Order: sequence, then structure tokens, then C-alpha cells
Amino acid sequence: MRYLPLTEADRTEMLGVIGAGSVNDLFCDVPDGLLLDGPIDGLPLHASEIAVERHMRRLAGKNIAASDAPFFCGAGAYRHHIPALVDHLIQRGEFLTAYTPYQPEIAQGTLQVLFEFQTQVARLFGTDIANASMYDGSTACWEAITMATRITRRDRALLSCGLHPHYAEVARTMARFTGDTIASGTPDLDASPGEDELIGEIDEETACVVVQYPDILGRIPDLARIAEAAQAKGALLIAVVTEPVALGLLEAPGNLGADIVVGEGQSMGVGLQFGGPYLGLFGCREKFVRQMPGRLCGQTVDASGKRGFVLTLSTREQHIRREKATSNICTNSGLCALAFSIHMTLLGGEGLARLARINHARAQAMVARLSSVTGVTCLNDAYFNEMTLLLPKSASQVIDALAEKGVLAGVPLTRLYPGVVELANAVLVTATELTEDEDVETFAAQLAEVLA
Amino acid sequence: MSRKFTQDHEWIDVSGDVGTVGITDYAQGQLGDITFVELPEVGSTVGKGDSVSVVDSVKAASDVYTPVSGEVLEVNEALGDAPETVNTDADGEGWLFKVKLSDPGELESLIDEAAYKSYVAEL
Amino acid sequence: MNAPNPSGWQPTMGDTQASSNDVMTSSGDRGLQLEEALIFEIGCKDKCGVDMDEPEPAPLDALGPFLRKAAPDLPGLTEPATVRHYSRLSRQNYGIDLGPFPLGSCTMKHNPRLNEKVARLPGFADVHPLQPVSTVPGALDVMNQLANWLIELTGMASVALSPKAGAHGELCGLLCIRAAHDAAGETRDVILVPESAHGTNPATAAFAGYKVESIPGTTDGRVDLAALKEKLGPHVAGVMITNPNTCGLFEPDMKAISDAVHAAGGYVYCDGANFNAIVGKVRPGDLGVDAMHINLHKTFSTPHGGGGPGSGPVVLSEALRPFAPLPLTVMDGDGAVRLVEEGNAAEFDCASAFGRMTAFHGQMGMFTRALTYILSHGAEGLQQVAEDAVLNANYVLRACDDLLDAPFGASGPCMHEALFSDTNLPDHFGTLDIAKGLIDEGFHPMTVYFPLVVKGAMLVEPTETESKAGLDRFIASLRHVAQRALDGDEALHAAPVLAPRRRLDETLAARKPVLVWQDEAG
Repeated sequence: MRYLPLTEADRTEMLGVIGAGSVNDLFCDVPDGLLLDGPIDGLPLHASEIAVERHMRRLAGKNIAASDAPFFCGAGAYRHHIPALVDHLIQRGEFLTAYTPYQPEIAQGTLQVLFEFQTQVARLFGTDIANASMYDGSTACWEAITMATRITRRDRALLSCGLHPHYAEVARTMARFTGDTIASGTPDLDASPGEDELIGEIDEETACVVVQYPDILGRIPDLARIAEAAQAKGALLIAVVTEPVALGLLEAPGNLGADIVVGEGQSMGVGLQFGGPYLGLFGCREKFVRQMPGRLCGQTVDASGKRGFVLTLSTREQHIRREKATSNICTNSGLCALAFSIHMTLLGGEGLARLARINHARAQAMVARLSSVTGVTCLNDAYFNEMTLLLPKSASQVIDALAEKGVLAGVPLTRLYPGVVELANAVLVTATELTEDEDVETFAAQLAEVLA
Repeated sequence: MSRKFTQDHEWIDVSGDVGTVGITDYAQGQLGDITFVELPEVGSTVGKGDSVSVVDSVKAASDVYTPVSGEVLEVNEALGDAPETVNTDADGEGWLFKVKLSDPGELESLIDEAAYKSYVAEL
Repeated sequence: MNAPNPSGWQPTMGDTQASSNDVMTSSGDRGLQLEEALIFEIGCKDKCGVDMDEPEPAPLDALGPFLRKAAPDLPGLTEPATVRHYSRLSRQNYGIDLGPFPLGSCTMKHNPRLNEKVARLPGFADVHPLQPVSTVPGALDVMNQLANWLIELTGMASVALSPKAGAHGELCGLLCIRAAHDAAGETRDVILVPESAHGTNPATAAFAGYKVESIPGTTDGRVDLAALKEKLGPHVAGVMITNPNTCGLFEPDMKAISDAVHAAGGYVYCDGANFNAIVGKVRPGDLGVDAMHINLHKTFSTPHGGGGPGSGPVVLSEALRPFAPLPLTVMDGDGAVRLVEEGNAAEFDCASAFGRMTAFHGQMGMFTRALTYILSHGAEGLQQVAEDAVLNANYVLRACDDLLDAPFGASGPCMHEALFSDTNLPDHFGTLDIAKGLIDEGFHPMTVYFPLVVKGAMLVEPTETESKAGLDRFIASLRHVAQRALDGDEALHAAPVLAPRRRLDETLAARKPVLVWQDEAG
């Protein structure tokens, strides 16, 4: 078998050195009857590389890829151009097949990348510091909530209605077991992100207010106003960014008063991949550093006085702190963090701003064309590259009909809020730098047909 | 009153009804370089045996248990910038916190220096 | 205090006077050993390696007052400079692609490149998790096929695919147990964990709201069954067992443990980090396990990527199946694979799911890689994986146990990892010296100072993808370094001297954390 190098001669010689008659002798601690004789019944035997590739290609071929169709889906996962170099670099074996950098002398590649990544995230978010990544935006969000409850010693988290419902559901699930109270709700189809209502719900028991920016409907909340209101009551503001490209144009949440900023880095370098692996981003104020979850890479010197990097503040983590750890994360999303960092490096700050302007311009063009279809209106006054369209009939039926016509037209809100009839006619639509005029034309034409 | 010890490597000096608590030189040697000390909140009430402080070294985090019950009066703020003081002078400048004793009777169950030294010799 | 510093590890900078050689260069580079600055030192904000046409100036008033004043302060590099930067950095890393990576409990096996090719097929890489399910039947097939393989290999009833990594999977398993007791109206607040367990086990249990009680080990490195039985009672929700355990040994009493726990109304969580030792040879379901996480990035070869991403699906017994978190894939009555989310959970008998652990569906990129790996090996290939992994570890054990103390070596064979201790080394020499000495020999060290139950532990897991010749080279170096320590070679304290960096000051990094680049000029 092509990945198993031992030969029968090797095995015989090695058993001789060990002093065992057969390999099964080495399994002598397994009770009688529990050691399987042969391969498990019903499971296929090994297949050649040709056969496996054929099998997997067939499965892949059954799916409509975003590159195969006019594509407008978003809702927390975005299709952006990934420069060719990114995927090439992350496949270098020294990055791909390296482990967590616990032996820093032979892991400075990984460690320096993590240090650069932490700095990029902190600057992008406007926070003092950032960690070396989390699994994804939703788990980063939940970890931020538990961090806020530890810092404030309060157990109520107030989630704005504009928070991605998967993120809210993760938080509610975990709260079932930690005993924290989660206040959350479904968004109204209103152009306003609802700052007044949210601020009205902040009280002295509130540990944190969690606000997505831009929000699930594409609206842009006034973070500065919410930050002030939260801090007046001793609560922390957690800002959630599911589309980091937006920060090329929008002010960074840290600069607007957010205490903790979390997000999903998938837009930069990582790719859609049907939902994972993705990249959790986590930044916060320096004073909270010892309460932060996740790995942290720090600068230091070696025995010759050369600058180097190591994982640090490890005593927060599970393998040391055990029951008192600050979080439930061991593995991070290292290779995705590398991809994000390479993409950000290729763009630079001006490049990111230009990319954001292009996204916004494509979105404006799309909104103009789609709103001209009879019966279609745009909910948003403000948006970055994603907004909510209101249709005259069930959005999920429209989306399914458009899919049959080869257009991946967006995400109906009922996919995210099942059973919420008030949202039945609404759909989230996204444009990025990859959205062509002819894609929008096709979308508009097919939409008009489906609505007729 | 002379210094008393616990078998968990804490020491306490009592003056009047105020006890100053630290960890022993043996303990700091076991821990290695101390990187951070988490101290109790001034004004909080603690019970004998509670974990009230945590001493971090690079790869370990060790709980410190208060040998007495009472109210925390003061903590050693200087350790914020210089945690290494616990390494260099665990018995003196590296003190951790001061407690106003609510039950001086608890001191009876602590051991004296000679007993602590012979205990450590056995470890 | 509680036991100060149970592992005994302390940072040392070693002998700072020793130097590798005297050749000074003007560049700071040495032959092919290349230094590399930070992007903040070589890049600038208006450099860009991506061609983008500036859009026609478009009104920005749709963004209201939220516009930032200036572009983000992030350095950019051209494409050629970017290639250089990251290529030079990569060369400061060790990886499986370069040599043995014998980290105990990490299963650093070869990462097949077919996995990478398949994962990048547009039909897998370029599909959105929320596009209509009718447009992604092949993706659901991958999830379903992987699920079936994991279920058959483990002899369990179902699998929750969504957890993002091992620790996340542990949490999933414990939350299923908690949900099961909640549903039965039982309040049980204790989880039993062996003292040899990895720290994530008690951490996860505490997070899930349990108190943790420790079960002692026996002198032959196993869980003390009698001690465990004594702790069982109506307040015990279950036990977390690693099997093979963290000492690299199979727990022969596993079935008896499960029977006792079940009889007391509890559930058995198995930490599947060491599944590589028994895949295709033993089924955890036959051992009475109720929930077990599988690390796809260990047993099933998905790449470690410098620390992640991982994937931690959890196989479940019939008793815990109803509580698996959403989303899941199931086969419907017509033989089609369906994605079960909150909207259709009731329809597919998943209404008791304890909730959701992550946005979207899980680590699909890892599912395609793992399925590719599994299909490549097939049932008999996977059995061979476990056999060769165990054979390789026992070979290393017996080739070195004359020089290094093997605490459980006398009581029988090990599984897929060999455990040594530094107890027979002279005073002032320890595990750290062995590890750093191995770096100079050109190898990544084994896992050190874990498990905590053994002094100065060294846990060697060669994996099945190491050839005999590769093992022999590693053994020769390990023996050489061990002999240097036994001979009292003081120079070993300065190791490593040949790696891109010498020992790093971890104390400084922890006392004065510098986590982002500081612009001294700015």
C-alpha cells in the first residue's frame, strides 16, 4: 500500500528485535474476542489513486460550484478572489505538515507568521492585541461572551438581533450548560439596525452586548453609540465582523469603543469549502490579555540574543490550567491563518481599501439593477457588499426556482430563521469583486421571469 | 510570634490580628521562573484552605491556599511589574497578601519552621 | 499550594556561551540558513501584489457616517517579495515532509497529496454552505460516506460531524451525556477522569458544568478499576477514558469499566486521540463506549498546518444518538442524503439535539481529505495502519530500553507509542536535554513532560508511515543523545546550537508579553 513503507522482511526482522512471534502478540492486552480477525465486513478494500480520484471527482461533479454559475450567496461566508500565490505557499510542506510550534527553535516559520497575523488582525480590528486564531467566527463569538462573563462577573449576554443566527444559536447552546443567560431575538425587516431597542435592554446584570458589523441583514450599526451605552452600565461591547473586507472601508470596531472584536476570516485566503475549515479572529484590549482564549505568540530573544518568537501565556490554556482554563480550544486554525496573512500581505492597506471600494461599487450596481425588477425592493439604507432584498413572494421558492435555472441567487432568510413567517419574503444577496455585470444581468432576467 | 508554615508550602507571619502570607523558598525553586501572580481582591473574605492566589511559571499554574480565614487587607502590588521578586526573595519582599484573621485558633494547626524543614527534606 | 509544577519542567537558556561555529557573514544568513524580517519592516501600506482596477468613482454615501478616515495601516508586498518572505520563513520550520515527527499522541503521519488535490476540486472547494441543498448532493454524499466509515470502524450507532477539533469533540461528547441525563430527569454532577488524562479532559468536563474527580492509576500504568468502582454512584454522570491511554498502553479492563459505569447509570466517554493504535483491530463500540471523538488530523492524515485546522467528529452509541448536535446528514426513506438543520430537525427525528456547536456544517475540507485517505487504504489497509503503528513503536521501545528507562516496558508491549522517563539519567540531565539534543541531530523531538504521571516523560509515536530505515536513523540518534547525557556531556545543556534559533527565553515572553509588532519609530 503506497503510504505504508514496511515490507514483510522488515516486519519479520522487527518482530525478532522485539521478541514477539506475530503482530497480534503486541495486542495481547486486548481481551479475547474483541480483537478483530480480519478487515471489517462490508467495508471496501483499498483502492488505487486512480480509483479514489475517480470516485471523488464524481461526487464533486454533482455539485454546482460558485464558479459555475452567477453567484450571490453570503450570510457569513463570502466568495472572493484568492490570488494564485496563496494556495501555492500554504502547500509548502514545511507549513502544511508542521505541528503546533511547541519546539520553537525549529518552528520560527510558523511562529513568525503567527506574530505577523496577530498584528494584522489587531490593526484591522483596531484592538491592542489579537490571538493566533480560533476555529471560526461563531466559536470565537461564544468564547468572547464567556470571557466577558469572567471579566465582569456577570452572567447575562445581550445579543443584538442582527447577529448571525448560527452564532446566536451556538451561544444559546453553550449557555444551556454554563448557566449564563442569553437575551437574543429575530431581526425586524427595518432599515434601522435597532440601536435604540438594543440600548434599552442593557442593564446592570449585562456582561456584554454582542453586535455584528455589518449585521446579518447587511445594515451597519452605530457601534460608538452602543459602546458608550454599554460601558455606562459596566458591560463590555463585543463587535462581530463576518466580512473583514468591509473593514477596508468601514471604521475599525476597536476604534469605535469595542472592548473585544471577533470575526470570521474566511473571506481572506480561505475559500468557501462548504462551511469549513474557517478562521476565527479574536482581538481585545491589552488589559484583558490574561483572560483571552486561544494561543498567543510572543516576541522574545534566544540564547545568542537573536530575536525570535514563542507561544506564550500558556498557563491560560487547557492542557495546563485544566479545570480553570480560560477556554475550550487546543488546536487553532493555523494553516487558514497563514492563508489570511499571505492574502493580507499581498493586498496591503491601500489594496484592501481598493478591494473594499470595488466590492461596494459592485453591490451598488447590483442593487440598482435588481431593484428595477418589478416587485423587488432593497431593505437597506446602508450596506457594504451584502443587503436584504424584499420580494413579492416566498424567497425560498424563488431561490430554489433560480437554482434550477442555474443561478445561485442568495440565501433566503427562512434558511437561517426557519418558521419565521415575517421573514419569508426576504433574501440576502451579496456582490464581491468577482461579480460580473453579466452575472447580475442573468440574475435580474431570471428573477423577473420567476416573479412574473 | 514566629513564622508558621503549611505542608502546602505557604508561610504566614502574624502581628496582632494581621497575617502576612507568602510561599516558601522551596516552592519558588520548584516552580522555576515566576511569570505572573494573581492576587485576591482587597476586601474579599477568604476561608482557610481556599485557593486565593495563583502563581504562574512558564508551563505551570499553582494555586496558593490561604492558611487562615479572614478579610484580605492588602496585596503586594509590586509583584505586578516584578513577579520575579517571588523567586529572588520568597521569604521577604515576595510576600503575597495580608489577611485580618477572623479565627486566630486556626494558627494552632500550622507547623513551625523546624517541622516544615524536616517535612521538605523528606520530599 | 497544590503540587508546584507537576511536570518538573523549568525553562533554561542553557549555556549561552557555546556557539555553533565561528563563521561570521555580513548578511546574517549562513549558506542556506536564511534569516527573514517581519512584513512590518519590509512592506508598506501602498505596496500591493494584487492587480485590481480602481472602480469608477462611486458615491460612498450608502455607507453613511461609518467610513474610515484612511486605509488600514497594513503593510503590502509585491508578489515576488511575498514569495521570498514566506518561502524563507518556511525553511525555518520542521515538518513531516522532512523527517520523522515522533510526537506521542499527535500521530504525525504522512499527509498524502491526493487528499490536497481532491479537496481543491471546485465541486468541494468552491461551494457555499447555504446554497440550496439541491445543488450540493455530492457534498452531502461525502459527509454521509465518511460518517458510515467512522460508524463501521468504531462499531457505534451514529456520528456528529460538526465539532471543529478534538477538544471541541470532547465537549460535544460530554454535552450529549449531559443532555441525556437532563432528558431522563437525572441530576448528576461528577465526571471521573484518570490522573494520567490530558488536561483538555478535566477542562472540558468543568466547562460542561461537572465537578471532576480523579481516578488513580495502577503501578502498571492503567486505570485502577477497583478505585473507579468505588467512586461510582448516582451522582456520577460518567467517565472520560483515553484508550489506548496516555502512557501508550491498552486498558484491558475497558469493557469492565464500561459495564460498571453503565450499571451505575453513567456513560463512557472515550478520548479517541490514540485511535491510530486500534483502527480496524478493535472497535470502541465493542468496549462499551458511548461517545468518542476522532481526530481526523491524527488518525486520518489531514494536515496539521502548523497548529490547525483540525476536525473532531464524535461517534455516539444508540443511547446518546438522539442528542447529537445539528447539523447532521441522514439517509431518508428514498436513500437520498439529507442535511438536517434546525428547520427540519423534527422531520428527521433530531428534535432532541442539544443544539449547535458551530456555524455552518463542520470541517468539510477535512472530510474530503479524510474520506480520500480512508478509501485509499480500505478496510484492510486501515488494519495494516494500526498494526504497523504498533510494530514501529514497539521496535523503538526495545531498541532503546537498555539506555533509557521505560517505566512500563517490563510489563508487556506498548501500543502505538513508547514511553520513556529520564529517571536513569545523571543529576542535572533530563528530558529537556534529550529533546534539544535531538534537534541538533536533525529530528523534531518526541512529546516531552507528558503524561504527568511519569517523571520527565518522553513519549515517542513513530506512526506507520515511518520506514524501518527511517526508524533506525532516529533510534541511532536517540541512542547517541541519550549516551551523551549518560556520559555527562555538559555541552548538551546548550543544545540546540545548529537550529535556526537557540533556546528561546520563554520567561521573558511570559513576563513582558509582546504580542504585536511595536513600531519603535512611530
